[in-house]
Amino acid sequence: MISLRVNGEDRQFDGDPNMPLLWYLRDEVQLTGSKFGCGVGLCGACTVHIGGEAIRSCTTVMADVADKEVTTIEGLSPSGDHPVQVAWRELNVPQCGFCQAGQIMQAAGLLNQKKSPSDAEIYEAMAGNICRCGCYQRIVAAVRQAATGA
Amino acid sequence: MLHHLSQHLATARLPSSGRAIIENVSRRSFLRGTVSGVGLTLALQFVPFKSAGAFETYPTGGLDMPHGIVTDPNVFVSIAPDGTVTIVAHRSEMGTGARTSLPMVIADELEADWSKVKIVQAPGDEPKYGNQDTDGSRSMRHHIQACRQMGASVRQMLRQAAAKEWGVDVAEVKAINHEVMHEGSGKKAGYGDLATAAMALPVPKFEELSFKPEGEFRYIGKGNVSIYDLHDITTGKAVYGADVHVPGMKFAVIARPPVVGGKVKSVDDSAAKAVAGVEQIVQLEGANLGSKFAPLGGVAVIGKNTYAAIAGRDALKIEWDDGAHAVYNTEKYNQEMSATAKQPGKVVRNLGDPDGAFASAAKVVSAEYHQAHMAHVSMEPPAALAHVNGDKVEVWAPVQSPFGTREDVAKMMNVPIENVTVHVTLLGGGFGRKSKCDFVLEAAALSKQVGAPVLVQWTREDDIQHGYYHTTSTEHIEAALDASNKVVGWRHRSVAPSIMTTFAPDDGQQAGFELGMGLVDMPFEIANVRCENGKAMAHARIGWFRSVSNIPRAFAVQSFVAELAQELGKDQKDFLLELIGTDRVIDKQAAGLPDDYWNYGEPYDQYPIDTARLRGVVELAAKEAGWGKELPKGEGMGIAVHRSFVTYVASVVRVQVGDDGTVRVPEVHTAVDCGFAANPERIRSQMEGAAVMGMTLAMLSGITFDQGQVQQSNFNDYDMVRADNFPVNVMVHIVPHPFEVHASGVGEPGVPPFAPALYNAIFNATGKRIRSMPLGEQLKA
Ligand code: FES
Ligand code: FES
Repeated sequence: MISLRVNGEDRQFDGDPNMPLLWYLRDEVQLTGSKFGCGVGLCGACTVHIGGEAIRSCTTVMADVADKEVTTIEGLSPSGDHPVQVAWRELNVPQCGFCQAGQIMQAAGLLNQKKSPSDAEIYEAMAGNICRCGCYQRIVAAVRQAATGA
Repeated sequence: MLHHLSQHLATARLPSSGRAIIENVSRRSFLRGTVSGVGLTLALQFVPFKSAGAFETYPTGGLDMPHGIVTDPNVFVSIAPDGTVTIVAHRSEMGTGARTSLPMVIADELEADWSKVKIVQAPGDEPKYGNQDTDGSRSMRHHIQACRQMGASVRQMLRQAAAKEWGVDVAEVKAINHEVMHEGSGKKAGYGDLATAAMALPVPKFEELSFKPEGEFRYIGKGNVSIYDLHDITTGKAVYGADVHVPGMKFAVIARPPVVGGKVKSVDDSAAKAVAGVEQIVQLEGANLGSKFAPLGGVAVIGKNTYAAIAGRDALKIEWDDGAHAVYNTEKYNQEMSATAKQPGKVVRNLGDPDGAFASAAKVVSAEYHQAHMAHVSMEPPAALAHVNGDKVEVWAPVQSPFGTREDVAKMMNVPIENVTVHVTLLGGGFGRKSKCDFVLEAAALSKQVGAPVLVQWTREDDIQHGYYHTTSTEHIEAALDASNKVVGWRHRSVAPSIMTTFAPDDGQQAGFELGMGLVDMPFEIANVRCENGKAMAHARIGWFRSVSNIPRAFAVQSFVAELAQELGKDQKDFLLELIGTDRVIDKQAAGLPDDYWNYGEPYDQYPIDTARLRGVVELAAKEAGWGKELPKGEGMGIAVHRSFVTYVASVVRVQVGDDGTVRVPEVHTAVDCGFAANPERIRSQMEGAAVMGMTLAMLSGITFDQGQVQQSNFNDYDMVRADNFPVNVMVHIVPHPFEVHASGVGEPGVPPFAPALYNAIFNATGKRIRSMPLGEQLKA
């Protein structure tokens, strides 16, 4: 039996400890904000936080999250007003939107570590998150805006 | 005969209709008859209507689409007593903003306050909503008039209801910002108060409507409305194909034949059955090329969650019978295409005496361009949930063609279409892939076999290895120059497997709609022109990919222009303008375009090829980019222009090429002339995105086959442009136009000019000419 916290709620899991966290969140908990984009850690669509740090939930298995605090896009901010979310809306970042939960969680994770990252640091931190619609210009601008609060 | 008919129809209509070109032949012919005859109920007529407030209708290809265009406001608009205006979005949302922009047009003409507007997504129901095929860059192009009409209708009905209630002349009653008022008496009423009475009134005739002058638009043309789903997207609440949960649902993944048309020879599923959470293993019938959207077949693993299904599939041991397409080998096929392109092909456009021009030329310049297959790779891999319950089928799916999906499901399940419901979720990208509903058919077939709702999830490997690929092509171009270095002859041979092979037996030739995308519509002022099409047989499923054949054509033609400029010692931009020639609307006959020239399904007189607009975007992009300015060593600027989907786009790309061959794109200027710009904010986002996708296609995307199997599998070997190297600053310049310059489309036209502009820039930076797309390692050699 694995105990964990998801978005502030205690949960127990007694299935296969090798199950990726992503499928637990999506299929079992029905938190579908985290997306399946590649399954192998190459696209970032599944990004969530463990203890405030951005990780890929598709390559993190349940055994790894025992006694951990998992935050998904649904739990990033109760009101949906995390500075990154606000910046995303102000700059009209999304197109199809499918990658955006992962992008936002990645950006929020970056800002947890670094209050005002340089452009080079933003590029590097966001490079694991693919946006096929091609919103990078606005993604980078929104991370900058969220960081400076400008 | 059927094939002939279908080709004819395909040339008469838009290509990107995910809808069957073949199976709907009778339906479309019938429809066509009715359109030119009695007209569709409430559809816009060919005879222009004029109404007060400067809106004259014009015909579009939308009238020729299955079920045409519906303009009945009762179908699209409802108003609740609290004033909430609910507007139906009948087109699918895949990132272009159509789900927001069309209702926004209705809301503006209705004088509704956007903050009180709610949008609901229509299920697949074309008899009710009109055509729903969301492709071909035509949502705004085909529906902006109807949206204005419906908004103005409801505004008028509200005014009439108020006038009646107050016993005053309707002419004295105004509707402004969600409120109706009578100036004389000072009486006021909210939209909610009047809704019941207003919506019970007869819908006014078009001629009775008064439209808002453009100067009074609140949202149209302003770019001040965010996409409707913005909050849900940023908080994880937006619902895509795999996000719907229903009680008792199962999760499935499918092992499909590695070679299209292949079959299961034997399966050992003992290990798969032993995987915890695997509940059932089911074989599916498969189909070969030419079977429209019929599933590929294979072995499905049904689990209690997606993880179990994937793990079960990993444990399957399957022996396949590959079938005839196991011969497909990219290297060999490229050689064959190249050999074909050196021989005369079927003549598809002829002007003047090209043979004579080449025979008497002082110089002939020629070049050949090759473009690899590409896969759509929308960020959301195909996924659909189906629930078959007796003879009823309910589907939740991210589809670009909801009604076509419904028709195909009904047909496959052999149930009446009334028994099938298709709910449309948001699409996590589409790019043409989700016009093909094979993944929905898989879910329906499995739900029936399993007796429970089934969600079919494609993995990224499935998506890359079992797609409907963007065609691969070889484009061979020759120019004849006279003694004064004037281009007097142009010969362009195109060789590429056709999309038609997905629908019909393969005759090796491209269809009219493919030829119309940058081959026969070459707009240069050259006296002698011949375009030819050489045969190429398909060995993979070929399908519409954002911008379709315009990608290889713009790449070839616009690269060749730069090569000619180099040959003649001229500036790329100046020479491009020289070839475009005098400002003129191209006369189809005089230019030798085929009689059945396919103009993106649009009436040619309404959307002709206008070289002044082509020149306009070239000059605008060049000016904004500072074309001609000194650049540091290792940098270059390149330009390209292309008209597609009746929109004109020019791109100037600036590159920095490192000593190690690394390509960076610090700046792009994209000039777009899409007629009246209804939602400039989403036009910009489409153009920004097109630059990113354009860069991915130009640099990275190549699907290759060996022994009939796709060689790539995931982002490790089919990568995308990422945040560490993307077009950093994409500046979009929109040519302003009044409403009377017909709005066209923006979903696709931004893509084609990017690759040639990039390659032309690379040439200017390095002297190296790229003739094979994608770039890959070509600069690293
Ligand atoms: S789904 Fe996890 S990184 Fe792509
Ligand atoms: S918004 Fe569509 S993939 Fe990023």
